[in-house]
Amino acid sequence: MTDTALHPSAFQAHDAHHHDAHADHLPGFFARWFMSTNHKDIGTLYLIFAIVAGIVGGAISGLMRAELAHPGIQYLPTWVAMLHGGQAQTFDQALHLWNVLVTAHGLIMVFFMVMPAMVGGFGNWFVPIMIGAPDMAFPRMNNVSFWLLVPAFILLLASPFFGGAGTGWTVYAPLSTYGEPGPSVDMAILSLHLAGASSILGAINFITTIFNMRAPGMTLHKMPLFAWAMLVTAFLLLLALPVLAAAITMLLTDRNFGTTFFDPAGGGDPVLYQHLFWFFGHPEVYIMILPGFGIVSHIVATFSRKPVFGYLGMAYAMVAIGVVGFVVWAHHMFTTGLSVNVKMYFTAATMVIAVPTGIKIFSWIATMWGGSLRFPTPMVWAIGFIFMFTVGGVTGVVLANGGVDDYMQDTYYVVAHFHYVLSLGAVFSLFAGFYYWFPKMSGKMYSEALGQAHFWVFFVGVNIMFFPMHFLGLQGMPRRYPDYPDGFAHWNNVASIGYMIMAAGMAIFFVNVVWSLIAGKKAPDNPWGEGATTLEWTLSSPPPFHQFETLPKID
Amino acid sequence: MNRLKTMILAGGLALAGLGLGTGGGASAQTPAAAPAIKTAQPGVPSALEPANAADPAAPKMSAATPAKLDQKAPAALELAQDGAPTMSAKPMIGQPTDGLMRIQPQVTKNGLRAHWFHDKILFPLITVVSLFVLALLVLVIIRFRAARNPVPSKTSHNTFIEVVWTLAPVLILVAIAVPSIGLLQAQFKPAPAGAVTLKAIGNQWFWSYQYPDNGGIEITANLLKEKQDVAAGERYRTDADGPRLLATDNRVVLPVGVPIRLITTANDVIHSWAMPAFWIKLDAIPGRLNETSFTIDKPGLYFGQCSELCGARHAYMPIAVEAVSPAQFAAWVRAKGGTMPTPGKASDAVIPQPGSDNSATVASEAAIVDNLTGPTENGTATPPVIPQGATGNPGGVGEAGR
Repeated sequence: MTDTALHPSAFQAHDAHHHDAHADHLPGFFARWFMSTNHKDIGTLYLIFAIVAGIVGGAISGLMRAELAHPGIQYLPTWVAMLHGGQAQTFDQALHLWNVLVTAHGLIMVFFMVMPAMVGGFGNWFVPIMIGAPDMAFPRMNNVSFWLLVPAFILLLASPFFGGAGTGWTVYAPLSTYGEPGPSVDMAILSLHLAGASSILGAINFITTIFNMRAPGMTLHKMPLFAWAMLVTAFLLLLALPVLAAAITMLLTDRNFGTTFFDPAGGGDPVLYQHLFWFFGHPEVYIMILPGFGIVSHIVATFSRKPVFGYLGMAYAMVAIGVVGFVVWAHHMFTTGLSVNVKMYFTAATMVIAVPTGIKIFSWIATMWGGSLRFPTPMVWAIGFIFMFTVGGVTGVVLANGGVDDYMQDTYYVVAHFHYVLSLGAVFSLFAGFYYWFPKMSGKMYSEALGQAHFWVFFVGVNIMFFPMHFLGLQGMPRRYPDYPDGFAHWNNVASIGYMIMAAGMAIFFVNVVWSLIAGKKAPDNPWGEGATTLEWTLSSPPPFHQFETLPKID
Repeated sequence: MNRLKTMILAGGLALAGLGLGTGGGASAQTPAAAPAIKTAQPGVPSALEPANAADPAAPKMSAATPAKLDQKAPAALELAQDGAPTMSAKPMIGQPTDGLMRIQPQVTKNGLRAHWFHDKILFPLITVVSLFVLALLVLVIIRFRAARNPVPSKTSHNTFIEVVWTLAPVLILVAIAVPSIGLLQAQFKPAPAGAVTLKAIGNQWFWSYQYPDNGGIEITANLLKEKQDVAAGERYRTDADGPRLLATDNRVVLPVGVPIRLITTANDVIHSWAMPAFWIKLDAIPGRLNETSFTIDKPGLYFGQCSELCGARHAYMPIAVEAVSPAQFAAWVRAKGGTMPTPGKASDAVIPQPGSDNSATVASEAAIVDNLTGPTENGTATPPVIPQGATGNPGGVGEAGR
């Protein structure tokens, strides 16, 4: 990174010594994993949680791609019968199951896969280490953050057995108030409450840690970009999630206690909910991608053996994205009957975000320019991220235009767009970070051959899956449809084939993880060479249970 | 019972056809509509022409003679129940086409403008930007790979290039913003006086429509189910109705060349009235009236679908618009028991309620029609009021979420 290169020898010996000293003091299994106050263990728990949630969310998308592979309703009646113990259900209930799947996929991937992996997993693991801190500022609160997520996930997974929440991840009123009786939507809302509280606590923890616990000499302007990304992300979480909490609390009272915040019959307004939701929802998409920006910056610098180009520009581009991200929310609502002036403002403001995003893309390329590039697995994922995120970003510029959204809004073009920035953006950066830090976290090297195979199969799969969705959107296919006119058949079929290729890629990933954990070579402290300059590479692999008992000094 | 309804409908159609036929002008108008559609689509390859000719539904449209209808009463299942001549869908127009990778052909001015904006500005631009980034990545991968460039440079700042890559996107975005803002302005232009008002009301899960300026006509549009999904004797979808999941039992009928004021609202949850071929998508929100306007340039049959998640049968409440000549529209309005408004008093007149006595005379309607289109209609044959052909909501209103 920038100037954080240290004299590793100074405290490597020190850490090795303490590693040995602490090896005997590890808490027992239950105390270590269920009552943890250790940021690395909690980070590991988050990563395991995210992988489990990712398997569930990915399996749900597999069900959806199976149903969408051909026109007509093929599987939904069978599945809904299975959900009800083999009893056949009405056709409408089969269709409702579709909405439940759509909703669950969105909520799981956003709240239980990407956010826990990025913020809880990599954030917990590496923010304290990168800033030279022994742990997070509030270790017990850190544990509370994680364990709030577990009941949240259980609530969400249990809701389909009580009818299922078919509201979409946006939980728009009045479908979520008047339109969905039964406890399922309440369970989903409570699940979001818990997940939101978990994230708010985590955000407070990160902000406090980064502001107060940096090692001597580690000024904010020397701080690694991943820590910067997490700082901006934590502020977005802290400012956005309470608004979501308010909105869904109002949903709860509208549903159960007779209030009419979103019911026009009582003077409420359904569009108010959308404003509140997207005031949270748009920063949320940056919450999901900013840590990825940080990860990719580190990986690109490491494998170019060069410092990040334009460090300050990179850091403040993320700050700018975070700030502007709060004033563009209504571009999700261009068809709700906004006035023309509001549409013009939100069109212009949304396009502004392309500028700092462009700075980041070009800075990554400039980092590589003149470098001495190697292409191990993390680097191919990072380069894949840069290109795929660009593709997702430019379709975002198309969708930023309010006038265009009279056609594109709620079509598969939007689905393609946000899967390119999330499924091919955020997820690529997650895999990049996973391979980059796997040796550090586990102490074992992954299989390079399997890692490369994972990348290429997954890359081909997701592109075959998501690129045709642009075409479906251009032809006008609406989102969240279990069945579609025959004019959409071809590209849907192609997309479903892409899913199968993607799933094969994921199989390679899991084989790689299991194989590496069992039989992987022991990882050196710094497997990546002189390009890796951040503090985690000065520690052993895996790091000692407690690091930096004597704080490192940053020049 | 159903058969009786069908016969009544067929009889109504026959009378309506007579009314049109005796006028002379209108009957000539009907067959003329089909070629107009064919020739007026510059974006569609000419290879489509044989397909059109082979369309089995095409002759039915011009064959709306009383004799034929009387002979084949059961065939009326394939006809629109709303008294309008059945117009059949044209390939690639107003509906999705399998395997295509582009926007549907547009038939409104704003649609053409937005289509141009996407195809000629946005799409080339994003393609160039993506390929530029890809080319840079490939270049650095080849040129700066470790084997070829073993010693990395230590460059980490270059103010000039950072300013360039900040300002260049700004300029590109300004170049996009100018036409984009212009498009928004054009789309916002309210409908002028004399516009036809269509009120679309979203319901779980069907659309109902009102024409408040035309005597308060009301129609309800339900999805037409497939043959295997209906009980014997019930109406099912045929190819003449339109594609699967797009065809409705009653179509919205709108005149071409006349500004349309679209007002949307909903009775239960939020729906969205979307018509890709018009570049129109407007949420239907309970408690609100949203308004937009458009003018359809070409007669034809256009399909859209609900575009806001509204519960179980979100995918099963399509929108079908039949755009016809103003004369045919006027005839349809009268066939539905509505009236054509007096010029200049279109939008501010008291909206007649369904079932109330409508004061506008047939003669004055004929005058309007004459003004709009030329051919004079015979105003003496008062068309019968056709019973509302729409079925009830098959799912039952209020079965929310299931």
